[in-house]
This record gives sequence, C-alpha cells and structure tokens, in this order.
Amino acid sequence: MSQFKFSIRTPAGRVRGLGSARSGTEHFWLQRLTAVANVPLAIAFIIIVVSVAGRDFEEARLAVGQPLIAILLLLFILSGVIHMRIGMQVIIEDYVHSEGAKVVAVMANTFFAVAIGAAATFAVLKIAFGI
Amino acid sequence: MAEAKAPTSQPAHSRPLSPHLQIYRLTWTMVMSGMHRATGGALYIGTLLLVIWLVALATGPRAFDRVQWFMGSWLGYLILFGYTWALLHHMMGGLRHFMWDFGKGFEPKERLMLAKGSLVASAALTLLVWVVGLSLS
Repeated sequence: MSQFKFSIRTPAGRVRGLGSARSGTEHFWLQRLTAVANVPLAIAFIIIVVSVAGRDFEEARLAVGQPLIAILLLLFILSGVIHMRIGMQVIIEDYVHSEGAKVVAVMANTFFAVAIGAAATFAVLKIAFGI
Repeated sequence: MAEAKAPTSQPAHSRPLSPHLQIYRLTWTMVMSGMHRATGGALYIGTLLLVIWLVALATGPRAFDRVQWFMGSWLGYLILFGYTWALLHHMMGGLRHFMWDFGKGFEPKERLMLAKGSLVASAALTLLVWVVGLSLS
C-alpha cells in the first residue's frame, strides 16, 4: 500500500508556529542581533587595542581598568562569544555528519565559548576592580 | 498540498545528490561566502589571543611581559595582522549580509561590486589600523 505513504500535513501546517523542529528562528535572530552589536563593539575593541598596544604592564592595567573601556570590552566579549558559538555550530552541523561526533562537537563548542567568555570577563573585572 | 515521502522499496543511497563545489565554475560570491566562513572560524580561534592577553594582564607583570614578548615577535605580528584582517573582512561580509537581509544588492552587478568592494575595504581598513597602530606605539 505504498501509494498511501505520504504525510497529509501541508507544508504550511508543518512550519506554522514553531515548525517541525519546534524551534529554529532564535539562532538566526540571535546571530543577526549579535552581529549588529558586534559592529560598533569590534570597532571600539580595535581602537582600544591600538591605543593600549606597546604600553607596559601598569599602563595597560590602568587603561583596561577604565570603566568605559572595561564595559566596552565586557560587552564585546558577551556579544562575541554568543555570535561565535552559533556560527561554529552552523559549521559543525554542515560538516560533521556522524550523529555522535556532531553532538560531542556541538557540546565542546559551547564549552569553549563559555570558557572564553568566563575567563575574559573574570580578567577584565579583576583588572578593573584593581584586585 | 500533500507531501510524498520517498518510496521505501528503493535504497536511500540511489537517490540523486546535489553536486558539490568542484562541479561549479568558481564565482566571486562563492569565494566570498567561503571566506566569510573561514574568517569566522579563524576569529573563533583568535579569541584565544584576547583571552590570553587579558588573563596575563590580570595575572601579573611577568605573565604579561611574556605575552607581550610573543605578540611583539614577528610571528606575533603576523598572527595579529591576520586577526585584524579576519575581523575586518568578517565585518565587511556581515554588512553585506545585512544588506541582503533587507532584500537589497542581489543583482549580478551589485553582488560582484559588493564582493570586490568588501575585499578592498577590509584590506584598506587593515592597513589603516596598522599604520595608525604602529605610528602611535
């Protein structure tokens, strides 16, 4: 009875609301949102690095500890790690076809992004608070 | 409209597959798409540079001097120069994507101009950053 082996759900019905995966657009939207944030934040980051480059330890610490600079760096780190995590997940999902390796890679990707974010945030806060 | 599933009697591997990259003639937009992904991947690894530098600065003068020594070496300069270009190129690619998200810039001439324009812009901006950076320090 192979002629009856089709879904009676319409394509519109399948994607209406949450779609077949029950999710899907958050990553697309979050990638655009963080991309918009990253443009000014990356420009600020480059300006900060260029102005701090070549300074000695004490000067660099004072510069990074300035509230405005520390806040801009923290925002860039936050927006950056979210953006890079989603981006790398897309790359993994495109190229890693074995289900087990894919799950491991997607997990490792999240661990890396969180570790980078936590380490950089901790460092900036420690410098800024002068501890 | 009902959606038919693939007949179960036929094995899955006999279904036609879409041809891969090497089948197509190389185009500017295709190369730029690959470069956007490649620079994104490079920046992913490159965040380690920022973290190492910040953690060293938070740790103390000795750790910071060691990192500064490496960043100031020719290899460090090469990596930082590459990172700068990757960041700016990815940013230019992102701006192109914003335009496309609004449905603009899809015409053949526009696509070509955007591809070449973002290459020129990212190279020019990278040089600008380094000229300013080196003249300040």
